[in-house]
Amino acid sequence: MSVLILIDHAEGQIKKASFEVLSYGAAVAQQLGTNAEGLLLGTVQDDLPALGKYGITKLNQVSNEALNAVDALVYAKAIAEAVTLTGATVLVLSHNQTGKAVAAITAAKLTAGLVAGAVDLPDTTNGFVVKKAVFSGKAFANVAITSAIKIISLNPNSYKTMAGEGIAGVSQLNITVAAAAIKVTSVNRVKGEVPLTEAEIVVSGGRGLKGPENWGMVEDLAHVLHAATACSRPVADSGWRPHHEHVGQTGVQVAPNLYIAIGISGAIQHLAGVNRSKHIVVINKDPEAPFFKAADYGIVGDAFDVVPKLTEEIKKLKNS
Amino acid sequence: MKILVCISKTPDTTSKIAFKDNSTKFEENGVQWIINPYDEWYALVRAIELKEKDASIVIHLITVGGADIEPIIRKALALGGDEAIRVNTTGDDSFYIAAQIAEVAKQGGYNLIFTGKETIDYNSSSVGGIVAGLLDVPFVSLATKFDLAGSTATITREIDGGEETAEVQLPVVVSCAKGVAEQRIPNMRGIMGARTKPLKVVEPAAIEPLTHINSYGLPPAKAGVKLVAADNVAELVRLLHEEAKAI
Ligand SMILES: Cc1cc2nc3c(=O)[nH]c(=O)nc-3n(C[C@H](O)[C@H](O)[C@H](O)COP(=O)(O)OP(=O)(O)OC[C@H]3O[C@@H](n4cnc5c(N)ncnc54)[C@H](O)[C@@H]3O)c2cc1C
Repeated sequence: MSVLILIDHAEGQIKKASFEVLSYGAAVAQQLGTNAEGLLLGTVQDDLPALGKYGITKLNQVSNEALNAVDALVYAKAIAEAVTLTGATVLVLSHNQTGKAVAAITAAKLTAGLVAGAVDLPDTTNGFVVKKAVFSGKAFANVAITSAIKIISLNPNSYKTMAGEGIAGVSQLNITVAAAAIKVTSVNRVKGEVPLTEAEIVVSGGRGLKGPENWGMVEDLAHVLHAATACSRPVADSGWRPHHEHVGQTGVQVAPNLYIAIGISGAIQHLAGVNRSKHIVVINKDPEAPFFKAADYGIVGDAFDVVPKLTEEIKKLKNS
Repeated sequence: MKILVCISKTPDTTSKIAFKDNSTKFEENGVQWIINPYDEWYALVRAIELKEKDASIVIHLITVGGADIEPIIRKALALGGDEAIRVNTTGDDSFYIAAQIAEVAKQGGYNLIFTGKETIDYNSSSVGGIVAGLLDVPFVSLATKFDLAGSTATITREIDGGEETAEVQLPVVVSCAKGVAEQRIPNMRGIMGARTKPLKVVEPAAIEPLTHINSYGLPPAKAGVKLVAADNVAELVRLLHEEAKAI
């Protein structure tokens, strides 16, 4: 009746989103008066017993290297089998790209109700109700899961990582892994940049920046803040920036601690993808730009003047 | 070769989101409905492009919904596709909806099933994966490129922090994201032709939903923006550091 938490990893390293789900899953277990256990499919370089500090008592590993690449069907079947073997009644994973690939298949295999994109701990006072983001961040829904096995995929950046003391016992799970039907021919990870959905801070540019040649100052600002860069849809559509940077209702939805919007008007479709950000800063030369209504801090001014100054001031702060 | 494209309706992106009946139901009054953009722009259009290269391909559209969804499915047929199937039921549980689609798919002998990467109302990104799980066929999520040569599909998909390209033998279920196809606008011929394309209504299979929505809520309104003068950028940095503790 434990809570099982999927630990997602790539290139031998556990992803940041996994620490969030570990903390979240441990809190769910505590709420239910049961144990939290981790599930690691494949192999990583991280110190596994140390993961106990996030609140898990045990780590179940299937150290089959075939699982270091994600063939969603094969991977999900292994998760489903692990849920059955460990007797878990709640499975928690991240609603990151891996989660989007495997959570739903696992739900099908276990006939388990799935809440995808949870943003808070479940309410277990009367049933099992999970709050999730809907309408692309414009609203939320409280969803009751009625099946015996329950699956929650947690939106990245929705739950604070909490580390305490503790050592997890590592044990190997014996699962036969089916041969992958999907043959990966190339992997292209953006190096040296913070992945957009995992970033604590996002610096985003819109059409107000006039052209791709002006992104240097956006990147400089992002650099001093260790932030990811993003953009509005027309910017990606015009090829000024790559498509994976496009945020909004029809792009990536982000919820960083800080979102800095530069030369973006704040159209409803853009706001839908960013309005779960904790703090929003808007820099726009038009005082009437709708984005100011959704912002916490703002500067009415010319981005070409304000942004380099902002970068300088932040550098000063970091050096002080 | 048979392709099944899953079509959902969603409120227009500019719709005001409000709730009624004690916040238990979405307020549909005044809402304009559209085809879910990911289903239309990417999944459906890619299927149409494949058929343009190989006329022997048959495209079926499937939607789960009441009779009120028919204008949406006609709009989709105006873009392309040979016929549509409507499963006559409604629901808000991904498993329930996906299981209905899987029931139809089992009988249809489809080589390829396309969905959009998510709907812009529930954002669960789940229907495709559940269909794949129930049919026990490979699933490729968040595809940004899709090519077909014989029975081998070459698919590029989003992974955390990048993309990966892979080959898979059909049948496969694919959720389509931006990049897979270019958005199109239906032409007059398409719109006229759509009226006479078959739209089959099938009754739902007996399936238990596994979740239900108890209530909805809106995020708390922002307190209001604090404006800082453009010549006082240092003050913004101070606020972000000391007040927001965000940097
Ligand atoms: C179905 C649908 C889905 C959509 N999905 C998305 C989506 O997912 N994401 C998205 O972003 N958009 C989306 N859009 C588009 C959206 O409606 C807007 O058109 C878009 O967000 C505008 O982008 P922008 O703010 O960069 O450009 P604009 O609206 O042109 O705004 C540019 C802003 O820059 C400011 N500016 C100009 N010069 C300067 C300067 N020197 N210094 C400072 N500020 C300056 C201007 O005052 C203006 O506010 C969608 C639209 C539709 C119809």
